[in-house]
Amino acid sequence: MFKKFSLAALTIAFSATSSFAATNITWWHGMAGRNGEVINEVSKKFNEAQSACALTPVSKGTYEEALASGIAAFRSGEQPNILQVFDAGAATIINAKGAVIPAEDLIIKAGHNFDRNAFIDGVRYFYADSEGKFVGMPFNSSAPIMYINDEALKKAGVEAPKTWEEFEAAAPKLKEAGYIPLVQSQLTWQFTENFFSRNNIQFATNNNGYDAVVDTQLKVTDPNLIMMFDKLKAWKDEGYFAFYGAGWNDNQKVFEEGKAAFWIGSSGSFGGLQKTAQMPFSATFLPYWGSIKGAGTNSFIGGAALFAMSGKSDEENKCVADFFQFLTSPEIQYFYHKATGYVAITKAAYELAQKDGYYKEKPVAEVGIKQLMLPAGDWSKGYRLGFYPQIREIMEREYGRIFSGETTVKDAFDTIEKEGNELLARFAKTAG
Amino acid sequence: MSTATDLLPAARGGTGTKTGGRRFGAFRLFGGQSSGGESAAKRVQFSSPFLPYLFLAPQLAIIFIFFYWPSVQAIQSSFYLEDPFGFGSTFVGMTNYTDVLKSGEYLGIARFTAVFTALVTFFALSIGLLLAVKADGVIRGNAAYRTLLIWVYAIAPPVAGLIGMMFFDQHIGPIVELARWFGWDIKVGLNYFDTAFSMVVVSVWKQIPYNFIFFLSGLQGIPVSVREAAAIDCRSGFRRFWTVILPLLAPTAFFLLIINVTYALFDTFGVIDVMVKDKAANNPITLVYKVYMDGFRGNDLGGSSAQSVILMLIVFVLTIFQFRFIERRVHYN
Repeated sequence: MFKKFSLAALTIAFSATSSFAATNITWWHGMAGRNGEVINEVSKKFNEAQSACALTPVSKGTYEEALASGIAAFRSGEQPNILQVFDAGAATIINAKGAVIPAEDLIIKAGHNFDRNAFIDGVRYFYADSEGKFVGMPFNSSAPIMYINDEALKKAGVEAPKTWEEFEAAAPKLKEAGYIPLVQSQLTWQFTENFFSRNNIQFATNNNGYDAVVDTQLKVTDPNLIMMFDKLKAWKDEGYFAFYGAGWNDNQKVFEEGKAAFWIGSSGSFGGLQKTAQMPFSATFLPYWGSIKGAGTNSFIGGAALFAMSGKSDEENKCVADFFQFLTSPEIQYFYHKATGYVAITKAAYELAQKDGYYKEKPVAEVGIKQLMLPAGDWSKGYRLGFYPQIREIMEREYGRIFSGETTVKDAFDTIEKEGNELLARFAKTAG
Repeated sequence: MSTATDLLPAARGGTGTKTGGRRFGAFRLFGGQSSGGESAAKRVQFSSPFLPYLFLAPQLAIIFIFFYWPSVQAIQSSFYLEDPFGFGSTFVGMTNYTDVLKSGEYLGIARFTAVFTALVTFFALSIGLLLAVKADGVIRGNAAYRTLLIWVYAIAPPVAGLIGMMFFDQHIGPIVELARWFGWDIKVGLNYFDTAFSMVVVSVWKQIPYNFIFFLSGLQGIPVSVREAAAIDCRSGFRRFWTVILPLLAPTAFFLLIINVTYALFDTFGVIDVMVKDKAANNPITLVYKVYMDGFRGNDLGGSSAQSVILMLIVFVLTIFQFRFIERRVHYN
């Protein structure tokens, strides 16, 4: 309640101090807690840096709620200037032709330079169209990385694995030393979507869905993915892998308490983990399979991007472009990177952090960026699939059934492919 | 519709007959005055025939705007496949309905919803009644008991869900610890049965106080003379309860039955949302939650609308069933 009031007070303060001449723009986002406060700080910095525009950030709850409110507002013509949309919702907003002005067009029209190559590789494509034009402006970006319990490794006398084969070799020793060798926090993002990019395997037809909506089909019955989940199931039965359900924190908790050796989490979790982890920890890249040819490519980003909604005046759009420009400046990116743990999205910001010696002090903070900067493959840039939040639901349901022994891996992926393709076909009709 | 509006107020408060006072007992509980008995004589006459409609207008407007209009919209959009931003929609006829009804997942959710509703309604009503009967019998310190029992009602469903979730948390939950003692490893969020179990427990716990308030006031409204007469006629307290007290409570119980079924179907949303932590995965959810998941999280407006129309029909049929068959056994006088 207090937060709401202070936010309202802040809003009034902003609009009062800049009511003359300044153009007001609004930014709806799906962040709460510390990350929400950082957004307020970023907006404040922008408002103080210039006098032509006044930006008001509004928290709309979670990512899903922000997207739902944004859509509802758009339908009634009351949309905000900027809407934050999370990775799985990207196809929804990008395929709605005319709902947004591509960020790149907006920035160029406002007279700024825009260099796609200034962004680090893993960030560049996810919110872009098939030609590489930025539709959304990447904002908070993360990569799935493997956090390491240093004590566990020392006790078991093993090294952090690069590949899953190395993990398999180390797991019995870790188990003997009294640890759960592996836990993870989101099978869909970490072991499915990023499995495809990290091992450079095609996820869906039509260039992973980037090229077209019609006739896009999942390719999740890929033998390599089935092998991965067969392994996970076997590891679980052996006690090398533990699964506590689809809830993020249920799985993170065992790592924080020092009971697990490795945890696959988000690079954006680093900020919080520094406070909650009860043992020294480090991090390394998400492992890949040495047995798969061409594996070891970069992962794509998770997190969310900012979209400039259409139907606004030129003045307001100019302000949005100015803000995007401001947001990608190295100083602001570095500030955001440090405050939240999300990765810096531009090369210049990354270099600034390096120069500042930030990674000497906090090497874990660099792992996510380094993973995103690994060489790219044909299939490592991500995916663009409609009704994707629902497809994730199907995956989560089937994965739960695999680990509780209600279904086999093969059957589970057959079901995911069938139901997922039905959803994609339905989405194609809505976008047609 | 007419049956519902005619009978609900009767079930709730009675209308100026002798028994009316009994059901106004709810107010007595909080120190108000019983208003039964004398109101039968007061029949208000309006000077203009339009005046009553004018008084009704705000209520009708609210019903129209928040109920009928959205319902019509839902029915309409259930026949379309629409892109979320509203740029275009394609008429698809019954496709949304057939897609949903032939999905095995949806039928599974429907089955769970039925079981869940039955369990929650049964336990919330029976435990509420049991507590009310016991509290009614308490002579010393009854205010303290009542306050303790009613207090839970003040908690919002999501908060109840949150508290429940903490009790059932895989890592820190005291109930989980307790169950482990007995060799039951409860894993909420992972095991279908365990999650369902905890959902029922929390939902029941949340609804008991509501039922308790109504049952207790119902019990207190039963005239002492009737109780005394029953006590003289029959020594068995249990039989007295079944043959005299319970029939007199029937109108309250019937009203609560409908309220509880509605509660289990719709109001448990907050509890479920918190318990599955936004990720249904392999966990049980109810039909209403599925509507939300597909509509608000999945942005499938057509499919979600079709589901809500189906849900509306289910509730409609259920209501007719309740009023036609169960209501016959209820005597208001």
